[in-house]
Amino acid sequence: MSRQETSAPSSAARGSKIEVQNLSLWYGKTRALENISIAIPAHEITALIGPSGCGKSSFLRCVNRMNDLIENVRIEGKVCVNGEDIYAKSVDLIALRRQVGMVFQRPNPFPMSVFDNVAYGPRIHGRRNRVELQEIVQRSLDAAVLWDEVKDKLSSPAMSLSGGQQQRLCIARLLAVEPDVLLMDEPCSALDPVSTFKIEELMLGLKEKYSILLVTHNMFQASRVSNFTGFFLSGELVEFGKTEELFEKPRDKRTDDYVRGRFG
Amino acid sequence: MSAEGLDNSMLEPRHQFAERLFDLEQDLIRLGSVAARMLQKAMRSLKDTDTALAREVIDEDDVADDLDLHIETRCMRLLAQQQPMARDLRTIGSILKAIADLERVADFSCDIALEVIHLAEELRYEPPARLFGMGDKVFQMVLDTLDCFSSRDLDAVQRLCTTQDDEIDDLYREITDELLAHMKEEPTVVTQAARLLFVAHYLERIADHCTNVGERIHYIETGQLKQLNVP
Amino acid sequence: MNNGTHLPASNEPGTLYRNPGGRRKRHAIDRLMNFVCCGSTALLALMVALVLYYVAAEGLASISWKFLVHLPRPVGVPGGGMGNGILGSIIMVLMGSALGISVGVPVGIYLAEYGNGNTGNSIRFLTEVMNGIPTIVSGVVVYWLVVVPMHTFSAYAGAIALAIIMLPLVSRATEVAVRQVPQSWREASIALGATPARTIWSVVTPGARTGIITGALLAVARIAGETAPLLFTSFGNDVQWPTHLGMATAGLPLQIFVYAMSPYSEWKSQAWAGAFVLVMGLLLLNVVVRAFAGRSAISMQG
Repeated sequence: MSRQETSAPSSAARGSKIEVQNLSLWYGKTRALENISIAIPAHEITALIGPSGCGKSSFLRCVNRMNDLIENVRIEGKVCVNGEDIYAKSVDLIALRRQVGMVFQRPNPFPMSVFDNVAYGPRIHGRRNRVELQEIVQRSLDAAVLWDEVKDKLSSPAMSLSGGQQQRLCIARLLAVEPDVLLMDEPCSALDPVSTFKIEELMLGLKEKYSILLVTHNMFQASRVSNFTGFFLSGELVEFGKTEELFEKPRDKRTDDYVRGRFG
Repeated sequence: MSAEGLDNSMLEPRHQFAERLFDLEQDLIRLGSVAARMLQKAMRSLKDTDTALAREVIDEDDVADDLDLHIETRCMRLLAQQQPMARDLRTIGSILKAIADLERVADFSCDIALEVIHLAEELRYEPPARLFGMGDKVFQMVLDTLDCFSSRDLDAVQRLCTTQDDEIDDLYREITDELLAHMKEEPTVVTQAARLLFVAHYLERIADHCTNVGERIHYIETGQLKQLNVP
Repeated sequence: MNNGTHLPASNEPGTLYRNPGGRRKRHAIDRLMNFVCCGSTALLALMVALVLYYVAAEGLASISWKFLVHLPRPVGVPGGGMGNGILGSIIMVLMGSALGISVGVPVGIYLAEYGNGNTGNSIRFLTEVMNGIPTIVSGVVVYWLVVVPMHTFSAYAGAIALAIIMLPLVSRATEVAVRQVPQSWREASIALGATPARTIWSVVTPGARTGIITGALLAVARIAGETAPLLFTSFGNDVQWPTHLGMATAGLPLQIFVYAMSPYSEWKSQAWAGAFVLVMGLLLLNVVVRAFAGRSAISMQG
């Protein structure tokens, strides 16, 4: 029985991008997620906060089925993106991962040039035309607010960029396949404060076109950028609601204790 | 400093912050106590026509102002440095507003003391007995407000903002009627009666500010901003 | 204040200059270890230098242009060379490498990506066993498997024997190189919608390229100097250039062996010359490997 009420509007009312019902996850014998039910709204930034090991990253990786790569993983429950159950037998994993993209904690550009990194996605999905690719690369780098900084060095190795630039490159690489949903797993935790703010500004700009689900261990970041926030604790979704309410007057005492820093 | 110097409670998350917040709350109560004491002295100076006491009250206003500034500075510092959330954020925000209310209480007490000094220059005019009753009740309201802030008892806050405030409003009306009637009967005492009207007015305003603080206490506890003293 | 379980207080003046006896002892031990390490390295360098010196000293005396391009001549006839051996070695090493690399690299990639289960462990074990087979035994096995059915010694057989030696080396080097590729690259590729196969082709293998090529080149250097596998497979040829691959073929290490064992001083000095050529070739290969590895590493890291 789920104990939390969501104050996010029901999908009928406003179009949830992702709807999760009674999701549970086991790594072998260990239960990592317990009966998670949540509706992630479209064109908003939803943040998931909670202490280390509370399951928020595991939950994120369920949404693009990256957990399938791990052995001994068992999943029960339903995860629907745009109304379609992504764990159905007939689901095309390639199409799902195009639609639901992911940015990781440490920037992980491929050992290729800047251009090839961004073009990687379109290439594997069938685009070959050089002119088309150039246009896609420019558009994606522009959307990631990186074009001006790299337009003169598109053929230089991606590793030569700074940490913040590399992370924006990873975002551009993701945008190049034209996804619907962006999953961000602590994207700023390896970056300095200024780069962090740049990425946050980028997120705020991106939410017009995409729906963003952000996992962060920094609740101040969550309060700065997100419209909705979910608090995870020990594999459970304790509370979910509008960010301003969750941080000003949380309904659950555990949330209250956590946001005040009364436990880590 | 050896490692044995710290005990377990000091290593709880945000122990330092919790201590600073507690100190702030104590400072607020201190400000309220100063204001309450000023009120008490002002009413006694009225009763005894004691201008020396009245002047003491006016001097004490500096103490209240300093405390007000001190608390405000500490609040801003805590906000900037500690990024408080939820209840802590509501507490600090409420303290910032409540000190303004309590500082007004101190100011009104000064105003009462000022009237006492003016009244001493006039012919003696016996204030209505009810005025002192009103003064006692308002003084009690200030003390009750500070108690509510410590105890966070929402029922007491409710009583403060409704029952007790209503009582004061009723008393205010009765005293005003009495003084106005008197002013019509004996025009010679108009000046004194008018000054006493002001005193009653100041007392009523003090009660009002107490209800404001009560609403802040309610907000800290529930997160709801509500007008509590509407009938 | 010091109750015995604590270190001496570190904030009193003069602490830095206390206990000179302990400091001297620590420095003495440090110097001793330094000496042992440097000494061992010097010893090693000395041995390598000795080998190179001898080979060069003896070999340079007998080397000539003729040596490189002539066939062997009978004892007493001047002007013989090991041209066919050099060419034969080049041919067999190239063929063997082609085979060894084209099988070893995919095996290595498989073991790195999927080799954590029982199948992978078995295959890895098999390659380890292959690695441990004495080279002469591989030669004998290839004799039975290739030479006998073909009814002839051949460069094919020699190449296959060399490939068998090469395979575990290439496989191991490839596996190590691929395992070192950060998992985050694979995750990023999968998250973009690539299949595992595409990920391996486009990201993992290019990422491991330096390690794979270095490992392959080192394996090539290893087999270039092998003698025993050639004994029963290509057998050696004193009189002919390798005109086709299905004939007994000379190999440089094999000829060095034969000439060195002979009683003729002329042939012995030719053996030195051959050794010199072999060593120089291997040195060159190693230099190329080092240069390539260094350059690629720099370019990958930006």
